[in-house]
Formats: sequence, C-alpha cells, structure tokens
Amino acid sequence: MELRADQISKTFFRSTAGANYFFAVSPLSLQISSGTVTVLMGRSGSGKTTLLNMLSGILEPSEGKVWLDDTDLYSLDDRQLSRLRNGRIGIVPQARSALDALTVMENIQLPLKLYGSQAPEEEVSHWMELFGIEHLANAMPGELSGGELRRVAIIRALVQKPDILFADEPTGDLDDENTEKVLSVLRDYARQNQKAVFIVTHENDAQQYADRLLRMEKGQIFPVDAVAQGGSAGSSV
Amino acid sequence: MKAFPLSVKNLLRNPGRTIALALLTAFLALSVFGGSVVVIALRSGLQSLEARLGADIILVPSEARSKVSFQNMFLQGTTGAFYMDASVTETAMQVPGVEKVAPQTFLASLKADCCSVKIQVIGIDPDRDFTVQPWIARSLTRELGDMDVAVGCKVEADIGEIIRIYDQRCKVVSRLESTGTGLDTAVYCNMDTMGILLSAAEAKGISHKLTSGDAVVSAVYVKVKDGYDIDAVNTALTGRLRKVTAVRTRSMMTGVSDSLAGVSRTITVMIVAVWVLALVILLLAYVMMVRERSREFAVLRLVGASRRMLGRMALLESSLCGLIGGIAGAAVAAVGIFSFSALIETSLGLPYLLPPLPVILLLAAGTILLSAAVSAVASAFAAWRLSRTDPGTALREGN
Repeated sequence: MELRADQISKTFFRSTAGANYFFAVSPLSLQISSGTVTVLMGRSGSGKTTLLNMLSGILEPSEGKVWLDDTDLYSLDDRQLSRLRNGRIGIVPQARSALDALTVMENIQLPLKLYGSQAPEEEVSHWMELFGIEHLANAMPGELSGGELRRVAIIRALVQKPDILFADEPTGDLDDENTEKVLSVLRDYARQNQKAVFIVTHENDAQQYADRLLRMEKGQIFPVDAVAQGGSAGSSV
Repeated sequence: MKAFPLSVKNLLRNPGRTIALALLTAFLALSVFGGSVVVIALRSGLQSLEARLGADIILVPSEARSKVSFQNMFLQGTTGAFYMDASVTETAMQVPGVEKVAPQTFLASLKADCCSVKIQVIGIDPDRDFTVQPWIARSLTRELGDMDVAVGCKVEADIGEIIRIYDQRCKVVSRLESTGTGLDTAVYCNMDTMGILLSAAEAKGISHKLTSGDAVVSAVYVKVKDGYDIDAVNTALTGRLRKVTAVRTRSMMTGVSDSLAGVSRTITVMIVAVWVLALVILLLAYVMMVRERSREFAVLRLVGASRRMLGRMALLESSLCGLIGGIAGAAVAAVGIFSFSALIETSLGLPYLLPPLPVILLLAAGTILLSAAVSAVASAFAAWRLSRTDPGTALREGN
C-alpha cells in the first residue's frame, strides 16, 4: 500500500480579511508507505488537520491529487470514495466522535455494520481490554470521559483494519500511561500488519514512535531535520 | 448497521425529539382523517337522503305549511302528522307527465314500548312505493304483512320482537340499514296496518282531522316521466289539487346541500390550514435539527457513509416519525368520531352517514401514508443539508 499526495494544496475564502483567499496548506507532495508510522507535528492552525482531511479523503484539495495505490481518491464519485474510506482508511478525529444513540460496542462496530459486516466479538474485546475499557461495552457515550471516548474512537478505527490509519491528536485527552499505550499499539499495528499510520499531534512524546517525523508551519511541511537546521520548507517529503 | 436499524435506534434513544415530531404529524393526521370522515359522512348522508326521498315532487297538505318542518322530519327525525284525502294519489296520477305516485301516511306515536321518545310511524303502499320499498327489500325478501313493521336502525327493537303502538301489537320483521337521516328513527308498516293504528289513535282521542272513515294519506311522492319538465308538472299538480302543496325535492335538498357545502368548506379550510401550519412547523423543526445533528452525520461520513446513505437515513427517520404520528392521529380521530358520532350528527343537524368500514380503513391508511410522506417532504431539505455536511468542519464546530 502506498498513499501519495501530489502537489496538493487547500485554499479557503476568508471574507473578513478583505476578500482574500489564504492557503491553509501550500502545495506539497507526500508519500506514506505501509509498515511505517508518520508523525506530523505543528502548532494549532498550522494546517495539520486540513492536510489530514485531504489525505484521508474527506476534504477535496483545491489543487493536486491524492493517490491510494493506483486510485485517484477525488476522481471517485461519492459512493465509491465512501466505500473506499470505509474499507481502506481509518480515521480517528480530533473531536468527540461517538454517536450518542449507540452504545460503545455499537459505536465500535459502526463502520463495519454500515456495509453489512461485523467484527468478531473476541477481536473487539481484545482491543477493549488492551485499552482498559472492556467494562464499558454497553455504556452510552454520554457516560464516558473524554479519554475513554478517545480510546473508543481509536478502537473503532482499528477494527476496520484499514490500510492506512489517520489519527488526529489521538492522545489529546489521555494520561501518560494511556498515551504510551495508544502510541505503542498504533506503532505495532503498522509494523506487524504492514499498514500505515499517520498521526497528527503537538505532543513531543509521539516523536519516539515515529519512523518519520514531519513538522508543519503556516501550511508548509518540513522534515524535522530541516526545521532543526533552519532549512527551507520541503514541497516534497 | 444499515440505515433502518440506525434510524430506529436514533428515534428510540431520542424520545423527546421523536415524540415532539410525532405529535406534530399526529395533529396533522387527526385533522385530515377526522375532517375527511366527517365530510364523507355528510355527503353520504345527503346522497342517502336523496335516494330515500327518490321522488321529483312531494305532495303534502297545505296545512303542512312549510317545507322546513317537513324537511325536519327527514333530517332531525322530528315527529309530526298531517293528512289529506287519499284521492290525491289517484288525481295526481292523472296529471300528464306523472310516471309514478307513492302515498305515505304518517302517525306520531305516543311513547312506544321500543322507545323512550315518540317515534314516527310511516305507512306505505308496497304495490306503489318506489322510495322506501327498495330499502326495505335489502333486509326483507317479502312484503310487509299486516301488523308487520320494519324499523329504522336507531329504533331499539330486534327482529321478532313485538312493539306496542297505541296498544296495537306490531311485529318487527326487519331492521333497516342506516341512512344517516331522521328516517332512521321511523317505523314502517303497510297501509292496512296504518289504518288500524289510525283507528287506535282515534280511539285514544288523537284525531287525524278528517271525517272518520275516509282514507287519508300524509304525502304523495311523485316521479316525473323522462322528458317532462318537473317544474311544469309541479305547476300542473298545484293547479289540479286543492289544499295541497307540491314541493320539489330538489328545492328541499338545496337547503341541506347548501348547509353541507358550508360545513364541508369550513372543514376543508381547517384541514388546509392545519396542513400548512404543520408543514411549516415540521420544516422549521427539521431545519433547526441540521445544526444539532451535523456532528453525528459527520461521524458517519468519516466511517464511510455515503451522502446517499445519510440522506436515506434522515428521510427514513422522518418518515418513521410521520408514520408513528399518523397512526396515533388516525387512531385518536377514529375513537373520537365513532364515540361521538351521535353528538356530531346532532350538532351539525345534517344527514350524517358514516362510510363503510373498508372506506374508513382505506382513508386511515391513506392518512398514515400521507403523514409519513409529509414528514419526509418536510425533512428533505434538512436531509440534503445533512448529507452535504463537511465532516472536518462539522466535527470541529460540534466539539
């Protein structure tokens, strides 16, 4: 599996700033391969989430293309892209993302059940035990803490067995112990299953789990070495 | 989890929202179903009255004075009696253009065994009658014999039962179908039986005001031959018959018909108003829900739901809500209409004949489907907006 972004950029219209367009993400190219963990760091508002959304097939770039193997994601129609996202791409959003009408177990099974399948119960139980929330299977999301909800979202993405898993601030609400557990699980998932993991975070702890570390500033992406050396932004990393 | 189970869970786990939306559609269904049944019942009543009268002209004694009181006998079931010489029947038959004549004789009973109030007894001539006889024939295969009576559906007497009218024992041989008019409270017998009852009434001091021994009738129903002008025949009858008033049934029906049109119009306007109001409220409710639910739909987009799936889910939810509301509304309306049928009939003062059960069931099914469809239409814009949710933005805003 290989995900490739080819000169993608995203501009937004900002009417309050004198009717100007601004680049949330400047044109860049990026390649993500299976078996690796890529960590993208950067300050809030640097364009990390916008880039993640474009790479994961939920936000069409203003320019450029995103390829998953030989498939140009945004050339697909909505039905095809949705199906592909469900089958090959896992997303852990930064925000709270459990459906209130469903139990924790139902939330975890949601992506698979959407297309008529179901994850084996023992597999789900395994993930829940690993993340310490096995007792919450029948709880409703409203009864869970932020950290627990975060872990539910991660398990929901993992049971999809995606070729590439995108996680936006996956450790945002977690304590140190759980942060370490989540990051090591994501690393193991990538390495043991030959899948790719792309993590967006501003936490330095994530660096040690990265096979590749990138930094984003003002919509531009840099390899971390380049930032450290005061080098210029890489339009291709 | 496909659209249907997820929609059902959404409805069940948001009971407040579900009930509020279902109540709105229930209100809509109640007005549509209830209003339609009342309007149909009034129209059926009018048609029934027309069929029962079945004549072009009715001859009554001038002393009957106004057709209004005559009309009330049919519409309200008020009792009354007036008489004229029976020869009016034969004289009327001689008038050019008259095809058939059917005499009837009325007698208001004293309090009879069967009834807590006075009832109207109507004598008919089975050989000549073309108005009541076909109606009786539906439940009685033979002619009415002496001292036999056929009772309207609102007379509390069963077939085989003996009722006493002016101390005369009369046997109930038939119960007639409902007409929705005052005729439902009447008792029918043949002219011989009526003669006996008139004599018995006279013996009790209730005079029919004609020389004793003369045959009397109260009304003669006249059917005009095809091709003849009814007004001309009416004029000819008036000219030929003294102390007799010829009333065109159409003019009698016009009053009823006008009242019915008025009531129907009012009900229709009310239904349309409720529709518009409910549709606007539903539309607003669903549009307001877009913001509340955009995060939920964004999550579904993230995990791979297509826009079409989301639209279908939103429409399914609103249709289910409409279905629940429609069933509740139609059920409440049905209970109300059947429980208060007599009250509605009395307060409207018009012929009121509830449609048969299959028609009511069809109406109820139509109303329920309509409620679901209206809910779906009202939510269509919201469903479209939700399906277009940008997941990234929606999740950030909803966080």
